[in-house]
Amino acid sequence: MGVKIGFPRTLFYFIYFPFWHAFFSGLGFEVVTSRPTNKLSLDLGVQEAVNDACLPIKLYHGHVAELKDKVDVLFLPRMVSVRKLDAETFCPKFLGLPDMIRNSIAGLPEIIDEKVDLARGFFPLWKLGLKIARRLGYKKDWHTWRAFVKAKAAQDKYIRNLAAGVPPQVAMETAVTGEPVRLPDVPVPDLNLAILGYPYLIYDSFVNIGLFEKLAQMGVRAWTVEMVPPHRLEVQGKNLSKHLFWHFSNRAVRAAFYYLNEKRVDGIIHVTAFGCGPDAMVDKLMELEAKNRGNVPYLTLSLDEHTGEAGVLTRVEAFTDMLRIRRREHESVVSHHG
Amino acid sequence: MKVSFPIMGNSYVAFKQLVEQIGHEPVVPPLPSSRTMTLGTTYSPEFACIPFKILMGTYLEAIEKGAELIISSGGHGPCRAGYYGEVHQRIINELGYKTKVIIFDSVNMAFKDFFKKLHYILRTGKTSWWQFIKVYRTVWDKLLALDEIELLAHQVRPYEVEKGKTSEVYRRCLAIMDQARTRTQIKEAKEACFRLLQNISQDKSRKPLKIGIVGEIYVQIEPFANLDIQATLGEMGVFTKRGIHLSEWWMETTHQSHNEEKAVAAARPYLNQMIGGHGILSVGETILYARRGFDGVIQLAPFSCIPEIVAKSILTQVSRDYGIPVLTIFLDEQTGREGLRTRLEAFVDLLQQRRQKRLGGAVS
Repeated sequence: MGVKIGFPRTLFYFIYFPFWHAFFSGLGFEVVTSRPTNKLSLDLGVQEAVNDACLPIKLYHGHVAELKDKVDVLFLPRMVSVRKLDAETFCPKFLGLPDMIRNSIAGLPEIIDEKVDLARGFFPLWKLGLKIARRLGYKKDWHTWRAFVKAKAAQDKYIRNLAAGVPPQVAMETAVTGEPVRLPDVPVPDLNLAILGYPYLIYDSFVNIGLFEKLAQMGVRAWTVEMVPPHRLEVQGKNLSKHLFWHFSNRAVRAAFYYLNEKRVDGIIHVTAFGCGPDAMVDKLMELEAKNRGNVPYLTLSLDEHTGEAGVLTRVEAFTDMLRIRRREHESVVSHHG
Repeated sequence: MKVSFPIMGNSYVAFKQLVEQIGHEPVVPPLPSSRTMTLGTTYSPEFACIPFKILMGTYLEAIEKGAELIISSGGHGPCRAGYYGEVHQRIINELGYKTKVIIFDSVNMAFKDFFKKLHYILRTGKTSWWQFIKVYRTVWDKLLALDEIELLAHQVRPYEVEKGKTSEVYRRCLAIMDQARTRTQIKEAKEACFRLLQNISQDKSRKPLKIGIVGEIYVQIEPFANLDIQATLGEMGVFTKRGIHLSEWWMETTHQSHNEEKAVAAARPYLNQMIGGHGILSVGETILYARRGFDGVIQLAPFSCIPEIVAKSILTQVSRDYGIPVLTIFLDEQTGREGLRTRLEAFVDLLQQRRQKRLGGAVS
């Protein structure tokens, strides 16, 4: 059909792109993404977004601004909820995001801002896919179903690969192209760290200034939220008397419980965005839990548009140094006794 | 049991009586001060919003006064306030106190939980449900009366001849209301306060500007959080109407009144989704104020309040479409009184000039 559908390469991209890519291309549309986050997306974002917004929201504005003239339709779904759980939704900024975009950026093409609310009804995801396909003028529901099945398979594979510890860029590439996984070589790690936070901070190496590459060079094995087996993540929910309201926050906090309870990591780094609303709660919860469950060292890494490489590097180096010193001291204490 | 509760505007006068009459000893925390703020910011997460920090400070001050139980309200998200109780409790425990925090989530969404908690409080206070209903009706009268008195004070203030007189009388009114206990006494006290406020000498020849106030509920209601914005504007000769009073809020959450629906409907073309907190209301109410001929709107929000940030980004377009100036003020522990005053003066100046231009145009 030749219709180009624009998908900003940020926020939900890092979790849900394989699905939507397979779905739209299965229907014969061309999916166009913005370039990986760079200085331009940042500058555009800072220019277009309301100044009180957090970094990820600014970047989303930037990616949309970059894409808007290159595509016929922009896919900016309104993420409300993705599963049945109490009152769990996405952060309020996500809920209002299409409206923020529409009222901030001029000259936008047609926008698909269908509500993604999978908490209610039967087969909500299929119904959503059907609605979007019909809105795009696609009349053959049988073809939509075929694309939908393929999309689900691609998504499942992506999530499985992430869980197996495949680096996100590699996992994304293989999910989109369908090629087998090729893993890069890394030094053998001697430290295990849980790097917790939202996918759009964790998996965007421009935003976190190459945190994962640096950790690998320092001999650190990084464990993320997505590497916790889904059913194990779910059971951690019982550690809190009230679920958090936000999807990604629930996942991060539960992953923290998982890594702490299983004693799998030497420390935790919480990666957060300056002024992130939900994280004001999440960070304090994790910090207290890390302290109360075996005094696990805990570092908060707060990122914004001014974050510099050297600053991040210094803090992470100091943190890993401290962990190694701690370990040596601990070992020497043990040797005294035996 | 020694029971405490947060300070939110004038409601503490009513809550004090409520706690007392269901058989507990009320611990009224000191009105929020700079000490509250310091305590609150010391022990709160950095990016928690100012209501969280003021409440944190208030709880710690209440604990110093011996509070064993703190009662507060919660919510069902996605605004953070619904989770604050949980985090407050953990911080209080972390500091080594045994004080319990009981959070009442909204009646209609957590019916069973609500009544379980209420039952616990009544049982420990040795109050029957029947007595409670009587107490509730009395306290509700008091809460309504307090809000009516406050509303009247805001109406009188822009006309007062002697600057600051209204605020002084208003404070006296709160003391009078505090004394009233029965429903008859509350009615009499309210009438007495009305007379006191109406007797303030006023200059009715003034034509005050009208500013609507929208935004997050706590910073709208609690004068300490908004640095007394309504009194400040009133004394500049501006009439203000704010979006919410505690009694109204209760009516809304229990479906006894439906003003919110109008605001939500007005916001639809711009924001077609509830985003938690009062975000959608800030958009809707701004439109309603514009339609009612207000001269301007002030959006009050705690720094880093997510729903209000969304609202702000949409309000720029609303402001353009409806031709109504909107000033957004994000409040945090750094916000200073004089800085705010300067911004308010500039905004009022702007509105004044717009009005003159409009009137001038009409005459020619």
